[in-house]
Amino acid sequence: MTAIGILNIVVFLLVLLALTKPLGVFMTKLFQGERTFLHPVIRPIEKLTYRLCGIREDTEQRWTQYAASLIAFSLASFLFAYIIQRLQGILPFNPNHFSTAHAPSGATPMTPDLAFNTAVSFVTNTNWQNYFGETTLSYFVQMAALTVQNFVSAAAGVAVSVALIRGFARRQANSIGNFWVDLTRATLYVFLPLSLLGALFLCSQGAIQNFKANTTVKTVEGASQIIPQGPVASQESIKMVGTNGGGFFNANSAHPFENPTPLTNFVQMLMIFVIPAGLTYQFGRMVADRRQGWALFAAMSVLFLAGVFVCYPAEQAGNPQLTKLGLETKATSVQPGGNMEGKEVRFGIPASSLFATVTTDASCGAINGWHDSYTPIGGLVPLFNMQLGEVVFGGVGAGIKGMLLFAILAVFIAGLMVGRTPEYIGKKIEQKEVKMAMLALILMAANVLVFSGISSVANFKKNGYWNPPGPAAANINNDGPHGFTEILYAYTSTNANNGSAFAGLNGNTPWYNLTLGLATLIGRFFFIIPMLAVAGALAAKKKVPVTSGTLPTHGALFVGLLIGTVVIVGALTYFPALSLGPIVEHFLMREGKLFSSLFSLPIWS
Amino acid sequence: MWRQFGPALRITLFFTILTGLIYPGIVTGLCQILFHHQANGSMVEVNGQTVGSELIGQNFSKPQYFQPRPSAAGNGYDGSQSNGSQYGPTNQKLIDRVKASVDQFRKDNPDYTGPIPADAVTASASGLDPDISPANAGAQAPRVAKARGASLQDVEQLIAEHTTGRTFGLMGEPRVNVLLLNLDLDKKFPQKETIH
Amino acid sequence: MATAVAPPPVVNDGTELLPKKLVRARPLFDPPILKRAIRESFVKLNPVTLMSNPVMFVVEVGAALTSVFVTRDAITGEHPIGFTLQITLWLWFTVLFANFAEAMAEARGKAQADTLRKAKTETMAKRLLNSGGKVEELAASRLRAGDIVLCEAGDNIPGDGEVIEGIATVDESVITGESAPVIRESGGDRSAVTGGTKVLSDWIKIRITSNPGETFLDRMIALVEGAERQKTPNEIALNILIAGLTLIFLLAVVTLDPFALYAVRSAGAGEVPSVAVLVSLLVCLIPTTIGGLLSAIGIAGMDRVMQHNVLAMSGKAVEASGDVNTLLLDKTGTITLGNRQAVEFIPVDGIEPAELADAAQLSSLADETPEGRSIVVLAKAQFNLRGREVHDLDAHFIPFSAYTRMSGVDLDGRQLRKGATEAIVRFVREQGGSVPHNFMDVSDRISRSGGTPLAVADGGRLLGTIHLKDVVKGGMKERLGQLRNMGIRSVMITGDNPLTAAAIAAEAGVDDFLAQATPEQKLQYIKREQTEGRLVAMTGDGTNDAPALAQADVGVAMNTGTMAAKEAGNMVDLDSNPTKLIEVVAIGKQLLITRGALTTFSIANDVAKYFAIIPAMFMATYPALGYLNIMHLHTPQSAVLSAVIFNALIIIALVPLALRGVKYRPQAAEIMLRRNLLIYGIGGIIAPFPGIWLIDQIVHWLHLA
Repeated sequence: MTAIGILNIVVFLLVLLALTKPLGVFMTKLFQGERTFLHPVIRPIEKLTYRLCGIREDTEQRWTQYAASLIAFSLASFLFAYIIQRLQGILPFNPNHFSTAHAPSGATPMTPDLAFNTAVSFVTNTNWQNYFGETTLSYFVQMAALTVQNFVSAAAGVAVSVALIRGFARRQANSIGNFWVDLTRATLYVFLPLSLLGALFLCSQGAIQNFKANTTVKTVEGASQIIPQGPVASQESIKMVGTNGGGFFNANSAHPFENPTPLTNFVQMLMIFVIPAGLTYQFGRMVADRRQGWALFAAMSVLFLAGVFVCYPAEQAGNPQLTKLGLETKATSVQPGGNMEGKEVRFGIPASSLFATVTTDASCGAINGWHDSYTPIGGLVPLFNMQLGEVVFGGVGAGIKGMLLFAILAVFIAGLMVGRTPEYIGKKIEQKEVKMAMLALILMAANVLVFSGISSVANFKKNGYWNPPGPAAANINNDGPHGFTEILYAYTSTNANNGSAFAGLNGNTPWYNLTLGLATLIGRFFFIIPMLAVAGALAAKKKVPVTSGTLPTHGALFVGLLIGTVVIVGALTYFPALSLGPIVEHFLMREGKLFSSLFSLPIWS
Repeated sequence: MWRQFGPALRITLFFTILTGLIYPGIVTGLCQILFHHQANGSMVEVNGQTVGSELIGQNFSKPQYFQPRPSAAGNGYDGSQSNGSQYGPTNQKLIDRVKASVDQFRKDNPDYTGPIPADAVTASASGLDPDISPANAGAQAPRVAKARGASLQDVEQLIAEHTTGRTFGLMGEPRVNVLLLNLDLDKKFPQKETIH
Repeated sequence: MATAVAPPPVVNDGTELLPKKLVRARPLFDPPILKRAIRESFVKLNPVTLMSNPVMFVVEVGAALTSVFVTRDAITGEHPIGFTLQITLWLWFTVLFANFAEAMAEARGKAQADTLRKAKTETMAKRLLNSGGKVEELAASRLRAGDIVLCEAGDNIPGDGEVIEGIATVDESVITGESAPVIRESGGDRSAVTGGTKVLSDWIKIRITSNPGETFLDRMIALVEGAERQKTPNEIALNILIAGLTLIFLLAVVTLDPFALYAVRSAGAGEVPSVAVLVSLLVCLIPTTIGGLLSAIGIAGMDRVMQHNVLAMSGKAVEASGDVNTLLLDKTGTITLGNRQAVEFIPVDGIEPAELADAAQLSSLADETPEGRSIVVLAKAQFNLRGREVHDLDAHFIPFSAYTRMSGVDLDGRQLRKGATEAIVRFVREQGGSVPHNFMDVSDRISRSGGTPLAVADGGRLLGTIHLKDVVKGGMKERLGQLRNMGIRSVMITGDNPLTAAAIAAEAGVDDFLAQATPEQKLQYIKREQTEGRLVAMTGDGTNDAPALAQADVGVAMNTGTMAAKEAGNMVDLDSNPTKLIEVVAIGKQLLITRGALTTFSIANDVAKYFAIIPAMFMATYPALGYLNIMHLHTPQSAVLSAVIFNALIIIALVPLALRGVKYRPQAAEIMLRRNLLIYGIGGIIAPFPGIWLIDQIVHWLHLA
């Protein structure tokens, strides 16, 4: 690690800290129905939205109605996204002629299973991609299907978080807000302005924004090279700020047209974290105790720094087998050193490690380097971040929900030790809350472990529909424990609605398209719905007054307890799996053990 | 839930138009006006001929050019196939490939004896990385200078001119844009076969 | 507050909330109790009953599973069974140990129930027939509510009821454990009698108020036996948590099978872990410690309340007492000593203090109230005036009446009177005397200081004032301060005027007071607190306390109180000592702390177990995982076995803690959390490492694996 590298990380956190309060204040006002400085411009559009869509702004919903609205909306979104993809051949803005008779030779056909996977993935804010954007999708799909979902799936995530916060803030109430209103406000006041600014900034730095067909040039040495084109900046911006992470191009934020400079890289990471961080402040404001919000922020910051400072040194230390070949691993003033496989020179080691940590702390899933080529410990960090439930700032909405779930558990387990039945923010944590929190935890664990288990050993017949014949594990690109990690990572990422990948895994087969899609759906809705139920239950409760007998949930002690709960629950659930993946690979890498040929498994099922 | 489906469809349609068509349209319009060069790919022209994008790396294999990093995008620097190798650290293929690159690098640059700059033999993430590290460029400088009959000092001077430092001294890594460096080489130290 | 007998001394130095020596404490491991518990441990293996404890049920299923494999291997002789057999045995031990913990907790109550049950048998009742004074003898079990029975000296009272005629001394030791007899009489707050107690002298007529099988004694037996035990809300929630964790670990272990298959194929070495090893991992991971001890903690909590001679009608009440935010305390008997005491004679100008004292003493000689006696005592102490024998004097005593509000004596033509200031002033004026203009100032000053002024007059001569003082119990301020630290507000309830109440409240250090309180005001106060989200505890004894007792989250009725009060509360204090509310709160807290501590400990323990078992499982497949064997356990088999043994033994080791409860000190929540997190959280992570290492050493030394 270098001083500049460390400084880079620290400065990042400080800038984030500075942005947290202004955004938190803005969102608090917005979601409490107060006027903000954007109202003069946006309020007419908001009113128009309600009028056109038949939404009554002044009605409130119970948690069940709120959840039903969310599901109905997701279903409608899915249909739009699916149909647009399937019809891309006949829709406009398709200068590269995908899904038509004039499709370029390397193009990927838009099969029903791929369209399903992609639609589910974008509707749920996951953005897992089993395709190469530049060889599969028309600009119309990128904009009208994917960019739209980048906006609204993020807005839906924020809406649910706000509803959950209301659960803590309200007392003896039977409603938690109105989904349509929250969704609309999040989209119009938060995401649109931020995306617009972001897009202009990214374009100024070199991100492209046009509707042209790909350009073919004759290179200096006389070869022909395809330079891709498209409306990138507009999608890139919302992809980051909405923590969606689905790249316009396959290389995602490693692609020079998506993330052209170190400065855009820095800003993109901030875009991932800024709304989730603001939500912690909003939480504090809405429950009328700002310290509670800062406590969550502190817990997240510690976990964030822990992740970066495991990943960064691991990546800088590099691969000892490559060091043996004479590679420089130490960073010097003229070269980055470390493990540069799958990383870009302009980012180097610290900005890549930081990005990998940030994108998986949040449910973003954008990447600026291939996690698959990270060192085992460097790759363990993003994987484990997602297994913890992306509670470190988290995606728009996902992080605070997850962190509040863990706060409920931490309070419930350890809170008893102060001699009172547990309470958090004045709300007694009882059967229903524990039941819902555990339900979510169990389903998340089952989702990851069961699908990974099946895919590690499943075997397919000849000429079957689901997958090429042979083991499902043959779709991996690396043998040995690393290949297992690819599978584990895939289901972890989809379950966590992250979307980043150990991308060596070829997921574009019906088997993976459908199971990963299913894992995505389970991960989204079986997490959100129990949390909405918690919101409903909490809102209905009285608020217990704070006394010296109350477990304080704003001090360093609680922050430590919260961190401990998050790490221990995560570690206990996934340690066996991780020990057969990145952990053992780490030891094997040090010993110089390499894996070459893909093995074949016997038929298991 | 079905009662909610009506507003759901309507609001989806509404946002599809607003955020899927109007928003990218406005961004495109603004970017085409404000940042025309960038919005269209930061293309580089030589004598009126577009030779590439300054942001997208391209293949250089001749000794008189600085060579970019190994690329896993298609058959190398294929702009329609941005990708990395996806090799994990215990993959035999990774070690073999890097070993081959190391050998090639040593062979190509016999004057350089130091440790190999990591970026010179590892595949980038995008497969389109336009940059190499200054150390990588420095290691190739003697070869390029020799091939062009230029002095090493001049070539190193040119590298220094083309080295971009960290943003604000903090973000990212010092780097050299291969295409721009090579074009400048052609301009400053033209060779017979490359003179048009 | 009608306290028939002085409460048994509760050993308390004022600094500890929980008395060091409990009233009826039994040794933790009483041999007969132990024997009974061991027997019960095996009975509880019945899977049908074990199903209510999901964690232990999973262990039992695992044990049964490995038993099948051991049997199969023993028959086929294909695999050596030594290791699997040992694992199997330890898994069964794990279940037995957990059963034992619960049985231990229950056995203590059951032993007590047996004693109570003896009181029930062979009671005959004398039922009064409607016509005249005829008496019919019949078995107590045939009595119905509404029957009227006669109880004479030596009779057992056949059922719960109310005295409607007569007065008697009653031995209630079977219920309260207190041997001193109590007085029961018709009317008022001392009219309730309990079936199973015994009349010692005189006679009473009782109207029976409960049907057979529903008596207080029956309920008490059921309660101490735990027969009616229902899981409390927090216990249910905790059960959900640990059942959920069990499911998660089940998933982690079951999916380890395919993961291992992949690993074995990929490495081309080793084999997939055996069922015994997978079951071992599962059992070590699921929270067996808390799962095994959870119900024991709850039962022991009830039992601890019982040892304080408080009968909790439900575990929920005990749990709720830990959550109490507001404590309503009756002034008299709880905050102050039951009675006011004379502390000072204040003569008017021109009167010798000794004369005042003499008159006060004479007027109080026949006054048997504690106040009256304290005047005699003070006169003797200050002026060495000996108590004169009342009968030697030719005196006519005037008793206190609510109308005159004074009492006194006519003696040798003197009319000595003492009483409320206004009443005496009126008396003096009637006698033609005069009242010094500053006389009322003295009275006001006394009132303001929380005392009661008592004026004394000798005919038309006003002599002065006696200062009667409410004496706040020693150590009260400290105890209430401790409550404050625990986040509990104390509220004093008194019939006194606000001035007096404020003074006493200040002296005792309560946070608030309710003066001139009526039962309705009490009820309103409780409701108001509850709407603000607070939990309220109170004590009460009279019938008019019943609504408030029922409304309070924790209502402790005095055993001496009326049946209505006892029915309304959710606890009955058999000693009728209102101060005990504070102890009950402490026990409630202790119960919750014990639960939290063992849950935290249980989960924290898992970290070490992973480090023992995971490298052992895959030693053959990935020898590199040996780096994780940081305890340097000897062999894979000894590692697994040691973890399983540790897991079983820790349950037994923690049984005393579960039964006694975690040590509780009244502290602010933050300090308490820090301390307990350090011990049970951090300690829980660290402790198993040396523990498993040590067991591994022994296992290796004994060549067990």
